[in-house]
Amino acid sequence: MKVNMNIDVHHVTRVEGHGNIRIEVQDGRLVEAKWEVVETPRFFEAILKGMPHDNAPTLTSRICGICSIGHTLASLRAVERAMDVEVPATAQKLRLLAKHGETLQSHFLHLLFLVAPDFLNVGSVIPLVDSHPDLVAKAARLKGMANSMCDLIAGRTTHPVSLVVGGVSKAPDKRQLAELKKTMEDRMRDAADVLELFKTLALPDFERETEFVSLKGDKTYPWIGGDLVSSDGVIKPEDQYLAMSNEYQVNFSTSKFTKLSRDSFAVGALARLNNNYDLLHGKAKEVAETLGLEPMNYNPYMNNIAQLVECFHALAESLDLIDEMLDGGMNDLRRRYEVQAGVGIGAVEVPRGILYHHYNIDEKGMITHANCIIPTTQNNANIHYDLAELVKQEVKKGSDDQEVRKLCEMLVRAYDPCISCSVH
Amino acid sequence: MKYLGIDIVKPRLAVFDFTGCEGCELQLVNKEETLVDFLSLFEVVNFREASSDKSDAYDIALIEGCISRQDEVERLKAIRGRVKILVALGSCACCGGVNHLKNGFPIEDVVRQVYGDRKIETEKVRSLKEVVQVDLEIPGCPVSKAEVERIVIALVTGAEIRMPKYPVCVECRQQLNTCLFDFGEICLGPITLAGCGAVCPSGKVGCRGCRGPADDANYESFIDVVVDKGFTEAEIRKKIEFFNAFEGPAKDTIASLIQKRIKTFNAFSGVRA
Ligand code: SF4
Ligand code: SF4
Repeated sequence: MKVNMNIDVHHVTRVEGHGNIRIEVQDGRLVEAKWEVVETPRFFEAILKGMPHDNAPTLTSRICGICSIGHTLASLRAVERAMDVEVPATAQKLRLLAKHGETLQSHFLHLLFLVAPDFLNVGSVIPLVDSHPDLVAKAARLKGMANSMCDLIAGRTTHPVSLVVGGVSKAPDKRQLAELKKTMEDRMRDAADVLELFKTLALPDFERETEFVSLKGDKTYPWIGGDLVSSDGVIKPEDQYLAMSNEYQVNFSTSKFTKLSRDSFAVGALARLNNNYDLLHGKAKEVAETLGLEPMNYNPYMNNIAQLVECFHALAESLDLIDEMLDGGMNDLRRRYEVQAGVGIGAVEVPRGILYHHYNIDEKGMITHANCIIPTTQNNANIHYDLAELVKQEVKKGSDDQEVRKLCEMLVRAYDPCISCSVH
Repeated sequence: MKYLGIDIVKPRLAVFDFTGCEGCELQLVNKEETLVDFLSLFEVVNFREASSDKSDAYDIALIEGCISRQDEVERLKAIRGRVKILVALGSCACCGGVNHLKNGFPIEDVVRQVYGDRKIETEKVRSLKEVVQVDLEIPGCPVSKAEVERIVIALVTGAEIRMPKYPVCVECRQQLNTCLFDFGEICLGPITLAGCGAVCPSGKVGCRGCRGPADDANYESFIDVVVDKGFTEAEIRKKIEFFNAFEGPAKDTIASLIQKRIKTFNAFSGVRA
């Protein structure tokens, strides 16, 4: 057993935003294991007040550079539900396709640029350019494909342009969609190679039983809207998101914490997959099986594996969506709507988990109240309690400070936290 | 690195983020076709979002985000003290960006709304140049990777850095878009600095001016069009204030022109009535 330990990671690297890990062990006893978010708040909820409703998606996309499409979609959904705007089917498909582009972009970036260096024992992807040129080329191609999906459908990857209230302002033509399909099919080989690589990686051995919260799939794996579900058996309609999130504050973090049935819960790829495993696309389910991922899985490092499985799901579902659009008409893209007062809630599964936007809108279409709850906020408490358990386990094993530090950083990274987003 | 038999020292590049969404930083790892070549131009010594390696010795710093807390002021000043070329990356860094909207509300109200009675340190949002000397600004929300590449390559090779002088309309016209004013939308393309490839108007959404004023913008004719199309002063204001990129002379010019134009417009309708 290791008796004393003092770990202070000031700003975990290769994550989005500023967060610290503080660990102290004395005489073999855990004194402190803290996940501190020190990011500067931006107060989006306050600046949304008085904003015209159709500016909200553009503004809130700036909450996050990585999941700006997800924020736009949650914001649109909140506005559209507040005003009873019905979105045409083609626009819904295009939005989902853009969403898949974002998930792929974010997951591949995370897995191949941010996580892979840990397994290859380097500080970043940059030295891999020389040592593993093949892998870097594949990573770049996969991420490039995902970005081109977003660019084609949403006009841009970061801060989308053509996702607007009522539908989409612009759609690609069928020739462009067919080209995209071809590119995606070509990239399947790269994805298969990445899968082979991940099969060889040994993830840290650690489990902590927890509650998993996600959207609940009905017939398909859930992405945009629907009921909320927890692995402890809580089910709520989307509008009752507050009963599902229960935000609270802790004095060492500018980002809030949340809980439901226990001290903490997890959202994200592993939560979605644990709650909706049967709804995975056939190909993705096979991938999950070969990687040894089955529900319920309580190893937080497996979130990385769940992300990889979701990449296969998103690829397969995107190809289906493209086929449907190539077969059908694509003219009905945007609905006119009457501005009216209302309250709207939009829940969307973004790469890191469930995202809620809630607006009250007055009869002039101006926002009078806004609330946004971000996935990383919901994961904070879970990360915090995981750290404590992990350190206890490693202390028992006698691991040294260096090893524990790396495991802790990898743990935080496995959640793919989006910290500036959580302090919006 | 050797080029034509001469040793070339790669400049050391650092990337830092302040208050922002990290979207501009993310742009740095986009444009995958040229990513590896781009990264090989310099030694990246600091890029927390992408790398665990750190150093305090660097030549060029790309800085994202605005300044909204005292520790950021100190961190920024420390960076300024170490670096030769300090580049503001994106609208947040150049002019405060959307975060600047916070300055329109009393700080206490803003804090109370999000954190209740808890004391949270936050200040009025400032751009980088309001705190330290900035050598170069690359505007955009987010920045365009193509433009960043072009500028950084010029910095590294010592070539002249060229920014367009013309407005977004020029790029929009090159793409053969139908003008959004014809769809009844308001677009800031006529007065906004080009360089983004008219990405918003090409997606059939009006330009919101994230890049700030174009050098040779014709404000008078812009206001003529906007007023003739029936948009109100409040609508124009909301547009140009969104990214705070028109702060300063451009904003005053626009404001006074609107005032003048709306007055003459009213006077005319008065005579006719
Ligand atoms: S300028 Fe835009 S993209 Fe860049 S950090 Fe600010 S909000 Fe994000
Ligand atoms: S859409 Fe905007 S940028 Fe394009 S021509 Fe019209 S005013 Fe100019």
